[in-house]
Amino acid sequence: MAVMTMIQAITDAMRVEMERDENIIVLGEDVGVNGGVFRATDGLQEKFGENRVFDTPLAESGIVGTAVTMAALGMRPIAEIQFGGFVYECMDQIATQAGRLRFRTGGRFQVPLVVRTPYGGGAKTPEMHSDSFEAYFLHTPGVKVVVPSNPYDAKGLLISAIRDNDPVIFYENMPLYRSVKQEVPEDAYTVPIGKANVVKEGTDVTVIAYGNMVRLSQDAIAAVEKERGVNIELIDLRTISPLDMDTIFESVDKTGRVVVVHEAVRTGGVGAEIIARINEEKILKLEAPCVRVTAPDTPYPPTLVEDKWLPSKGRIAAGIKKVLDF
Amino acid sequence: MIGVNHVALNMEKEFKMLQILDTEGKLVKGQKAPNLSDDELKDIYRWMLRLRVYDALSIKLNRQGRLGFYAPLGGQEACQIGSMAALRKTDWLFPSYRDLGASLYHGWSIKDTYLWSRGQINGMKIPDDVNLFPPQIIIASQCIHAAGAGWKFNLKNEDHVAITFFGDGATSQGDFHEGLNFAAVYNAPVIFFNQNNGYAISVPLHKQTKSETIAQKALAYGMKGIRIDGNDILAVYKAVSEAAERARNGEGPTLIEAVTYRLGPHSMSGDDPTRYRPKSEEEEWKEGKDPVTRFRLYLESKNLWTEEWENEIEKEMKDEISVAIKEVQKAPIGEVEEIMEYVYEEMPVELKKQHAEVLSWKGAK
Repeated sequence: MAVMTMIQAITDAMRVEMERDENIIVLGEDVGVNGGVFRATDGLQEKFGENRVFDTPLAESGIVGTAVTMAALGMRPIAEIQFGGFVYECMDQIATQAGRLRFRTGGRFQVPLVVRTPYGGGAKTPEMHSDSFEAYFLHTPGVKVVVPSNPYDAKGLLISAIRDNDPVIFYENMPLYRSVKQEVPEDAYTVPIGKANVVKEGTDVTVIAYGNMVRLSQDAIAAVEKERGVNIELIDLRTISPLDMDTIFESVDKTGRVVVVHEAVRTGGVGAEIIARINEEKILKLEAPCVRVTAPDTPYPPTLVEDKWLPSKGRIAAGIKKVLDF
Repeated sequence: MIGVNHVALNMEKEFKMLQILDTEGKLVKGQKAPNLSDDELKDIYRWMLRLRVYDALSIKLNRQGRLGFYAPLGGQEACQIGSMAALRKTDWLFPSYRDLGASLYHGWSIKDTYLWSRGQINGMKIPDDVNLFPPQIIIASQCIHAAGAGWKFNLKNEDHVAITFFGDGATSQGDFHEGLNFAAVYNAPVIFFNQNNGYAISVPLHKQTKSETIAQKALAYGMKGIRIDGNDILAVYKAVSEAAERARNGEGPTLIEAVTYRLGPHSMSGDDPTRYRPKSEEEEWKEGKDPVTRFRLYLESKNLWTEEWENEIEKEMKDEISVAIKEVQKAPIGEVEEIMEYVYEEMPVELKKQHAEVLSWKGAK
């Protein structure tokens, strides 16, 4: 075991996997000698050479699109999109090409590709860096979407993503990169894709969150529990697609009250899908309408407005009280 | 300071169109025919003629409602056959939706192209022994895929070449640029084969670009660019052979601009070329520049062509097509629960649930 930040755990996942399989390559903008703008690929080029870790031209469609064919022809590329907001540039290559190649060739080709990308509010970034665009890919058949919230999960989930034979979008929350340290095994291990984590058991309300919202929800839950003397369950989704509804349903059976928290905008978001599925399967278990605590439906705000725009501990607490008081 | 017009003038000179066979089927003065045996020449002609028949019958079958999406390739036979004849079966082809001819030559079956055209389930399944990606609908996306393939051949020291086909309109796309740029930076063994037929549906080339040629765009990537008569099969064969040799020698990618013309409409989905193309222009290409006629005249001059042989090839192809269309009409169209299995290696829980739901629809009206 070693104490690692999330970014170190991510680097470590790539290192152990690249040692295991020489078909794994890393490509992206500044991932080579620079070790990535966040140092996520620090030391990898030095260790594995310029034929495993590539600095690419500045072109997201080119990065993902070349990786799609390399994956189809037997490589296992890990492509980095420097910031989540730049994903529109490679939307065709992720959604139409990576996500559909297995399908449109009746299984002839598979695309074992990982697209890593930092995202997430609170880091005071310029425009189009912090946006949470994961719902686009929840809505895209053929790709999987993973969002870890801590160093242990980040390493285990990234190793799973690398070993998965389907394309995985791997979202890394920027404020979490260095804010938390945790014991992480030095060897390879996996955390299964598609499996949520019950961070804290409870009986009165189910709070569902992912990424940085897990940490924030923990604070909100502690406050409400203290104030109201209730017992709240917290689920860290870990995977956005496919959603682990079994874990959610089990929790709803117990609590009958649900709050979904995400920093992405509300309409058409991950929360909408989760609540629709709860309505379809568990409506008779509900004691109150499900509530979403999200960012409002605007583009990501100017830097100094972001703290007021993003879900806060107080807004999450208010959401929990709303389902308690219905 | 060099003015734009000055540059443009030089470009036309710099990228002078290579032609080996003139429109009469005679060798252009000073040009040498590529080193092809009589049998090879005859096989190339056989394939051009097969495509000519394939195109005519596919249009007819589409009009009868027996085929679905079809993008006519008549007039572009030299591009599609000359290029693939210069490559190996182990090379990889990244076609656009108009390149069923190149795909057929590379090993995709008539039946499979028809299943694909109709949108039947087995049209999705490219056979394991054909190094082919499915026809690309998103224009120029395949330029990036070919670059990725070539990059992979370099990484694994594989002696393959990737070739991709795209039209003149595709050169306006960002993915065209990114594909060529990546291939050049990674010195990838890729042939970017542009079929410049002058129109992207109704939009003529001068509305796509102010460049005098498409070949000159190669300069922007530090790549070899050549301009050829795309209706001259010997020029196509020579250009692609040389590009493939350079690629295999580690000298990187090539952009080939083949100047050609589609004799038919853009697609069979309601396009009417008389709305945007003068009749005289169509006649000029049909009568004077036809790639099949031109090559036939060349073979005739070498005593390699007879009318009986021509009729034999035509009959053979017609028979093959008639068998293929009967087979596809009998083939399964596909079931929703079946296509659900192709999305992921393993079906996620939600999809499994929907799979069961789809099965429950059976028999329901």
